[in-house]
Amino acid sequence: MTHTPADPDAVRIEGLRKSFGTNLVLDGIDLSVASHEVICLIGASGSGKSTLLRCINLLEPIEAGRILLWGQDVTQPGIDQNRVRRSVGIVFQAFNLFPHMTVLRNVTLAPVKALGAPRRDAEQEARALLDRFGLLGKQADYPDRLSGGQQQRVAIVRALAMRPRLMLLDEVTSALDPELVAEVLDVIRELAGSGMTMLIATHEMGFARDIANRVCFLAGGRIVEQGPPAELFTRPQDERTRRFLRRITDAGRL
Amino acid sequence: MVGPPQTSFGQARRGSRLLGSGRGAVAVSTASTIVVLGALAALFLLAPGSAVVRHTFFNPTDMWKSLIGDPRQGYYSVGEALWLNIRMFLAAEVLILIFALLLAVIRQSDSPVMFPLRLVSTIYVDVFRGVPLILVIFAIGFGVPALNLPFVSSQSAAVYGVAALVLSYSAYVSEVYRAGLNSVHQSQVAAARSLGLSHTSALRHVILPQAVRNIIPPLLNDFISLQKDTALVGILGAIEANKAAEIFSDTVFNYSSYVVAAILFLILTIPLARFTDHLIARDRRRRLAGGIT
Repeated sequence: MTHTPADPDAVRIEGLRKSFGTNLVLDGIDLSVASHEVICLIGASGSGKSTLLRCINLLEPIEAGRILLWGQDVTQPGIDQNRVRRSVGIVFQAFNLFPHMTVLRNVTLAPVKALGAPRRDAEQEARALLDRFGLLGKQADYPDRLSGGQQQRVAIVRALAMRPRLMLLDEVTSALDPELVAEVLDVIRELAGSGMTMLIATHEMGFARDIANRVCFLAGGRIVEQGPPAELFTRPQDERTRRFLRRITDAGRL
Repeated sequence: MVGPPQTSFGQARRGSRLLGSGRGAVAVSTASTIVVLGALAALFLLAPGSAVVRHTFFNPTDMWKSLIGDPRQGYYSVGEALWLNIRMFLAAEVLILIFALLLAVIRQSDSPVMFPLRLVSTIYVDVFRGVPLILVIFAIGFGVPALNLPFVSSQSAAVYGVAALVLSYSAYVSEVYRAGLNSVHQSQVAAARSLGLSHTSALRHVILPQAVRNIIPPLLNDFISLQKDTALVGILGAIEANKAAEIFSDTVFNYSSYVVAAILFLILTIPLARFTDHLIARDRRRRLAGGIT
């Protein structure tokens, strides 16, 4: 994928629909993300945030609409899905590290096997990334030996090792003990600071308010409301957004 | 990993699994073993036909003669014949591991292009798990030579035997593989594919290594069984341990050779059985250790 002269949006989603059986999960999503923009997706569990991210990474087939990444329609038939995925990193709620491989092998697997990078180069780059996120000392460990926060940071490094142009983060702190959340959020803050384009599904409202250029509230498979965090969190227009934020505030999460 | 705290069920047990645990356990199990074995020995020795059975099955002279063999007297060494069982077992094992994996991967594929292969592989597994092994050995061992094909029809009985063992056991082992592939969580596939790995790469580097770890105990279990079933190839005339024992008993009119064959098979299979137990115990320990962080 190359930049066209017009420098189109990093992500452009038009009329995206997706259902699991009879359950309509995404019901006509329209969303554009500019390069270097950080977007937070908020909404109740089951509102379609995760599914939206999985659709962008082509992990879920879609039923209607289309998804363009840097101007290229990646949902048209005949597209090389593996190529698309190589430039889009995704990090999952449950880390999904490969338990039978050391941290270093987890990080170098895809560069070596999918990009054909020489192992030595891939390892050098992996060590530099691990070092950047304070994980160099863990390179020879197996994932089971790490804390949840460390595992999630390794998962982020693993995605970054493919040098993605877009990162999708799917509730990456939801499976962590509260005291481990901060170290992962710090990593994401650093990524945002470095100009990474990101779509982040999250329940951490304080974090979303800090980091997002734009916050989208999803309900019933639609983007009900979106805007800069200062506006959306303080003056929500839609009744559903207000109700959601009130519940969150009552729970002490904002 | 985040998980519920380990209950007492999950705690590693001290002491031998075989003997049980606790203070008096060893004494109790020793005593009960002596009582049971003593009762069985008494039953055997006091039976009216005991002397005859001891002579025809456990005659030391005949046992030794059958173990060593004497071609001039018209019988083979059971010990030497066992070497053929071992070779057949090793050849069959390697081929089964490859063929069964192929069957399992075909059955696990979800691409519509693969449908005909999937169908063939499903029917194959159904048929060869359903037909008794001894019939497969007969069919291959007597059917293929009768076809009078060049090369294929002029192999030794042992080769047909191995072919039959591979055909039959691959059906079982492919199901073990399939269980292993299913035991790896879908999220591992998603993680591998999301990094841009192809379906084949994900299978080879992420799914299979984890699947194989999970199925080593049942796989070894099937191979213990395979070791013994090489004895069935004797029906084709291959001089393996069981056949050599049969020839001895037909020549000398004493069954001690069968007991020799049985002892030799035990010597082969018991180490593999203990090794399987060891792997199961190690796996259990490792998983429990992995669950606590």
